[in-house]
Amino acid sequence: MTNPNGRFGIHGGQYIPETLMNAVIELEEAYNHYKNNPEFIRELSALLHEYAGRPSRLYFAEKMTQDLGGAKIYLKREDLNHTGAHKINNVLGQALLAKRMGKTRLIAETGAGQHGVATATAAALMGMECVVFMGEEDTIRQALNVYRMRLLGAKVIPVKTGTATLKDAVSEAMREWTSRISDTHYCLGSVMGPHPFPTIVRDFQAVISMEMKAQILEKEGRLPDAVLACVGGGSNAIGSFYHFIEDKSVRLIGCEAAGRGVDTFETAATVNTGRVGIFHGMKSYFCQDEYGQIAPVYSISAGLDYPGVGPEHAYLHDIGRAEYVPVTDEEAVEAFEYLAKTEGIIPAIESAHAVAHAMKIAPAMNRDKIIVITVSGRGDKDCAAIARYRGEDIHE
Amino acid sequence: MSNIRKAFENGKAFIAFIPCGDPELDTTAAAVRAAAANGADLIELGIPFSDPTAEGPVMQGASFRALRGGITTDKIFAFVKELRRDVTIPMVFMTYSNVVFSYSADRFFSACRDLGADGVILPDLPFEEKEEFLPFCHKYGIELVSLIAPAPESRIAAIAKEAEGFLYIVSGPGAAGAKNEIKTDLASIVSVIRKNTDVPCAVGFGISTPEQAKEMADIADGIIANSAIAKLLETCGADAPGHIGRYVKSMKAAMQ
Repeated sequence: MTNPNGRFGIHGGQYIPETLMNAVIELEEAYNHYKNNPEFIRELSALLHEYAGRPSRLYFAEKMTQDLGGAKIYLKREDLNHTGAHKINNVLGQALLAKRMGKTRLIAETGAGQHGVATATAAALMGMECVVFMGEEDTIRQALNVYRMRLLGAKVIPVKTGTATLKDAVSEAMREWTSRISDTHYCLGSVMGPHPFPTIVRDFQAVISMEMKAQILEKEGRLPDAVLACVGGGSNAIGSFYHFIEDKSVRLIGCEAAGRGVDTFETAATVNTGRVGIFHGMKSYFCQDEYGQIAPVYSISAGLDYPGVGPEHAYLHDIGRAEYVPVTDEEAVEAFEYLAKTEGIIPAIESAHAVAHAMKIAPAMNRDKIIVITVSGRGDKDCAAIARYRGEDIHE
Repeated sequence: MSNIRKAFENGKAFIAFIPCGDPELDTTAAAVRAAAANGADLIELGIPFSDPTAEGPVMQGASFRALRGGITTDKIFAFVKELRRDVTIPMVFMTYSNVVFSYSADRFFSACRDLGADGVILPDLPFEEKEEFLPFCHKYGIELVSLIAPAPESRIAAIAKEAEGFLYIVSGPGAAGAKNEIKTDLASIVSVIRKNTDVPCAVGFGISTPEQAKEMADIADGIIANSAIAKLLETCGADAPGHIGRYVKSMKAAMQ
């Protein structure tokens, strides 16, 4: 899907300072060199199996299916991966690549903390130094993950600029990379940023749909009717969609964080409310004002609280191959509680956005239809925040 | 000869970066006049962007305060149009790609021509992406300034060959901000540039003192002081223009 200069339709590209161009050119060359290298593939695949716990399960949610009374619902359990989310798939790949490039230090941005934890984990495993940039607001919302990163040996730097959330953490990580390219790899956590990141991260996350396809064929003997995943930058969604893009019978549905609603300013539903723009190295959809100033976005979910979306999603939207739907905080919290009570699975509040949309569409679908929801991460990290959202006085 | 080229006709050029609207546009106007009256050869006017990823804390602060004060692209255009009634010094805008893209490149560069801006600097538009805006720049006679950072000779040569206006050399790896010790292979970068173009080159990012200005101007055709003037505006506010005038005078003197 990527053309040579990193474009997905009109989206993508490399809109970055000249000071970073050498670094991304070097990265692209290294990636093209290693991506088909048998030794690299063997090493990554061993790590994914033995360390991260892949393949992740495709679980038939029978009680949820019966309760909703429509389509059969399967859950792709990325929450069962080591570190509790899909982020580890990408991080292990990038960390191996960085090591082969002779880098000794990983830096990363993080929103909910899942990508930061995954990066800190890979750095610990591979003996690399690790620095994670996290919006100060998010260090408060996700205090447990801050401690996890520190426990894993990473340094966490709270970012106080701008809205002190994910976009500011990305900006700060880019600035840090600019000032220290020689020994540092920027381990970007989503399918965003300048080329080649959207392609590299997608390729490492595509394992999700590769497994999903084989698993559903084995269980049902056919492809699903719809695949649902939450979308912030969009890494678990593109990973879930990728191997189904050519299968036109499969609806691909990305669930965006609408926050308090797409008709309010407190939203992060980029495709639904944004316009095409240029930011963080890419052309894509962004929440912005009439003068192109990036909007302060809002979602209960720190991981989806980002004003942009990956360029491949923007392209899939433009050509009508994938649908992007808004899901509010309230709907996501209800789905969070519903999945816990119905299936005994506590999803990340990010993933709960996809569960919420499935709860809307499944009842109207025939019983012979099949939906797969990617549960991108586990929800332990969110319990205190959701309890507070429900008015309980609980602190970690 | 382009207006930007004229800025390099008066010895080594001193380029003053002035962020628009910090603390308000009256001060910006006074700062421009003070810089021009004290020997600046070119004014680089910053149109603020909410998320200036290529800037250090001083410039981030200037953008943040200007936007909080209600500055917009249209207000800056109206302001420059007014300023141009008597201020003739060559001027370029510095902003980010999304500010131009969102305004529509055609409208943006057409406005630049109408109000008398000579060029545009976009720090997040590298050589690979310049076709995004270059056709519109040429349509309206606005020069698109390219940046050069430490890079392989082939890359520096490729950028230099297609350069227009002047070449903006980023003195070393690192986001913009004052440094005490500049370590850079500036001389070798400049020698590659000279082999490939006669477009003048100026060194930016991180030059704040007259000593640094002299050291850099001995090698390149000029220097760009950005965070130093922004810092004066941050600390002195409406009183900054007097300090800016004295600062520009000392820098220009040191370079000759």
